[in-house]
Amino acid sequence: MKILTVNFLTCAVKACKSSPLSFPLHFQDAELEQSDIEYNAAFLRNILPRVDWEALKITANELGFTTVPIEKPDLTPTSTATDKNPVRLPINTSEPQATDEKTMRDLHTLLLETEVREGKMVCGNCGHEYKIKEGIANFLLPSHLV
Amino acid sequence: MDYLIRFVQIRETFRRPEIEALALLANVNIDFLSYTENSPYSVVRLKDDVAAKMLIDRSISSKGIYELWGEGTTYDELHANVRHRSFSQWTLYQSCSFRFEFDTFSGSRTLAEQRSIIESFKYLGFNGPIKMKNSEQTFTIFEEYEYGNPNGPLRIFLGRFVGGSQRHVLNEYTLKKREYINTTSMDSELALLTANLSLAGEGKLFYDPFVGTGSFPIACSHFGARTLGSDIDGRMVRGRDGKDIKTNFRQYGLLSRYLDGLISDLTHSPLRKGRWLDGIIGDPPYGVREGLKVLGTKDGSRKEAVYIDGEAAHLQDKYIPPKKAYSFEAMLDDLLEFAAEMLVDGGRLSLWMPTANDEDVELGIPAHPCLELISVCVQTFNKWSRRLLTYRRVADSQVEDDLPVRQKMEMKGSTANDLNSFRKRYFEGFKTPLAGVSIEKPATGES
Repeated sequence: MKILTVNFLTCAVKACKSSPLSFPLHFQDAELEQSDIEYNAAFLRNILPRVDWEALKITANELGFTTVPIEKPDLTPTSTATDKNPVRLPINTSEPQATDEKTMRDLHTLLLETEVREGKMVCGNCGHEYKIKEGIANFLLPSHLV
Repeated sequence: MDYLIRFVQIRETFRRPEIEALALLANVNIDFLSYTENSPYSVVRLKDDVAAKMLIDRSISSKGIYELWGEGTTYDELHANVRHRSFSQWTLYQSCSFRFEFDTFSGSRTLAEQRSIIESFKYLGFNGPIKMKNSEQTFTIFEEYEYGNPNGPLRIFLGRFVGGSQRHVLNEYTLKKREYINTTSMDSELALLTANLSLAGEGKLFYDPFVGTGSFPIACSHFGARTLGSDIDGRMVRGRDGKDIKTNFRQYGLLSRYLDGLISDLTHSPLRKGRWLDGIIGDPPYGVREGLKVLGTKDGSRKEAVYIDGEAAHLQDKYIPPKKAYSFEAMLDDLLEFAAEMLVDGGRLSLWMPTANDEDVELGIPAHPCLELISVCVQTFNKWSRRLLTYRRVADSQVEDDLPVRQKMEMKGSTANDLNSFRKRYFEGFKTPLAGVSIEKPATGES
């Protein structure tokens, strides 16, 4: 299971949905695997605004990654024409964009190329464990949690 | 400019919604000047060739698009119209290589007839070489006959080929050649059509809550979307005999676009609430081949965790969570509610559902105040039919509060047949009217 997917998962127990403790789920005994995934800037730009950054930092930290920037990269173009300012300014292509590219590549590696193959995810609210086997997480609940 | 779209004459109700969806995706303005369900030819107005190419490139319901050079009900009318409509274009194609083709619908022409008709266009003044393969330009004469009446065509068009559709991939994606399938895998052509209707595309994130063997995610990823799937049946997601959904993605060179498969139940979804999905596609189990099940027990029992020898049963590797039968209508309502919570503004939900069509007793089309119904496409089988419903998530500011939310049906009974009128009727061969719908009894039958 990819780290990006983890950022979109919470406890399946209904009573946990309202608790901030149920997200993100916490890893135990996680075995990681790296794979090559084709880099796609359009997808990253589309998806980053939807990533919960604080949760990503917690997940990355639990899995031993320390490269996540403190702040989510600002993807709004530095200078483009807007309704209020119809004059199109030249787009700045110097230093800051080059850094963006490196940041984006690093995020791609973490979010899409890093997978949890085996392990458990635990809800911080109810303590229920969700097992991950061969990269597939099982979120089916026993009847006493339904 | 006017263009002629050459549709395929099958699954007619999918065609116009597909083209409209593709126009939205390509950001192209389109006006339908003529369109009917019983003709494969439709005349549309578009800005230029670039727009026409972009529009048709992803299409599954059409074969191609042509610049319209003329139309008529007789060849005299056609020639007059060609002279009037396209005269200024003729010189542009005077010296390039070219060929003429025939496309007859519900009729036929002998080669000798075809040749003499093609000769009648001599006045166009094309002097370039005629090449039957790889010509720079292709001109097509379209003849549409009345069904069963071969005495001359009803309508004739002349078109210059501008762009081909996506139908060339159908052979590649056919289930016959797919490595991992099961009895409920969606036909690849319908899956690709569904992906178009739901606006799957580059950079987007799509989710299928009834993923099965991955038919819809594959179709969405073919068009560039990144996809996520889940299924309550873990065997589907895990695969068998060393083959799984990933095997299929690998087969098509799309593995980078498949994010993950999860084992989960839509009524207890682990997906974080929020508007982060660009599209949702689902073919919920109707309860015929695959019984419709959700987590829980029939009688609501087993509310305490079970311990065997001091160890929690539900933490054992072999543990199988109990499941109960569920009503199809309730599942549809859950799916719409889920889509309203999860889709971005303008994001689409495409869902398949059956329609018992032999007695005009229909399952109602589910509604939600946040979801605007965009299209209803129908696939007809011998004794029943199913529909593809496509909805658009409207912005919260545009939600009309006075739209009634369909009340969740009170669930009666607990067997699969009690809960699923469609399943019952399927096994009865659609002989009896739907339970609860009294179309034969007089209204005052009982006092």
